[in-house]
Amino acid sequence: MMTIKNYVRAQSLEEAYTLNQSRRNKIIGGMVWMKMTSLNINTAIDLCDLGLDTIEETDTAFSIGCMATLRQLETHEGLNAYTCGAMKKAVQDIVGVQFRNCATVGGSVYGRFGFSDVLTVLLAMDCSVELYKGGIIPLEKFAAMMKDNDILVRIHIQKTPARFSYEAMRAQRTDFPVLTVAASTLGKLAVGARPMRAMVMPFSGDDIDTIAEQAANTIPTAKNLRGSKEYRTHLVKVLTKRALEGLYGN
Amino acid sequence: MEIKLILNGKAVTDHIEADTLLLDFVRAHGCYSVKRGCETSNCGLCTVLMDGKPVLSCSTLAARADGHEITTLEGLQEEAADFVGFIADQGAEQCGFCNPGFVMNTIALLRENPDPTDDEIRQFLAGNLCRCSGYEGQLRGIRNYLDQRGGRHGI
Repeated sequence: MMTIKNYVRAQSLEEAYTLNQSRRNKIIGGMVWMKMTSLNINTAIDLCDLGLDTIEETDTAFSIGCMATLRQLETHEGLNAYTCGAMKKAVQDIVGVQFRNCATVGGSVYGRFGFSDVLTVLLAMDCSVELYKGGIIPLEKFAAMMKDNDILVRIHIQKTPARFSYEAMRAQRTDFPVLTVAASTLGKLAVGARPMRAMVMPFSGDDIDTIAEQAANTIPTAKNLRGSKEYRTHLVKVLTKRALEGLYGN
Repeated sequence: MEIKLILNGKAVTDHIEADTLLLDFVRAHGCYSVKRGCETSNCGLCTVLMDGKPVLSCSTLAARADGHEITTLEGLQEEAADFVGFIADQGAEQCGFCNPGFVMNTIALLRENPDPTDDEIRQFLAGNLCRCSGYEGQLRGIRNYLDQRGGRHGI
């Protein structure tokens, strides 16, 4: 059972960053995943007073604060119009509405969880993360980095003209996904819940069968209690096909 | 540490430990409708409204609720009374343990979408688990309530 000795609502990113340099202190995000750990936290750092809980849209980009919830992603009209509904589809089966009102975008992306729908769908976009000290870096690079004590402040999505689609296989609704696939006409195929961190396979052309075959041969998978390596590799092919059909039609 | 919040319309000030969960806080203040269920953020038994939005009180620190408005079923008796009879008529509440969570989330649904389709009801209530009934009774109860008040979206 997780314990917390002190609780601080940071009044600046600098204060949060300074506190976060101690290994016994943690930024708590939405806390839905962290609370299931047995961490003994000295100081829980809460970013809820920093105004980072909004999704801002301009003509060219979205800027998503790290404390925005998954429910905000699900219901944001502009984001869902731009992503052809892929954003909503990616998060709508993550447990329930109450969970998605708690879970934060920052927590989901920073955690780079092997089961993450959110990381998968964002990787198919022209997306970057803004780190307090590390600056703005491509999400694909961030997804592969080791965790450190920097703070993920915002997610930036450029409105590069494109179409998007999202597919996931779940044993049943609200469960963790067995495999997730997001595709875009930007030539990005993202595969997650492999069950390792989501990764991107660039592709070109619109030969759906060839790209699906290439994905199954290229994307590493592994087993866990939700599925075998062989089953996941089969799903890579099937869900890639469905995602590309979503982009290009049958 | 000291927190101040509005609980069911009343100002509450209390001293808490840093890791006190909102679930334990509201129960300590007499809101026994809020249940501890799975403890893995999955079952929805602990649903409360925080500034009007349904959240899992088992996964929310009481400290984060400082300065916010928290509502439990104890504060929504009148609003709930409109439709809980329809759920009971279907025998949907067998052991009844999940019922407060279902009612809280149904209230949140109907505030956001007063005339949902059956699929929208299923989608919104997907985070409320019931181990007795199979969910069809709850769905029929909510559907009957919506139909009697002139809902347009039947099955």
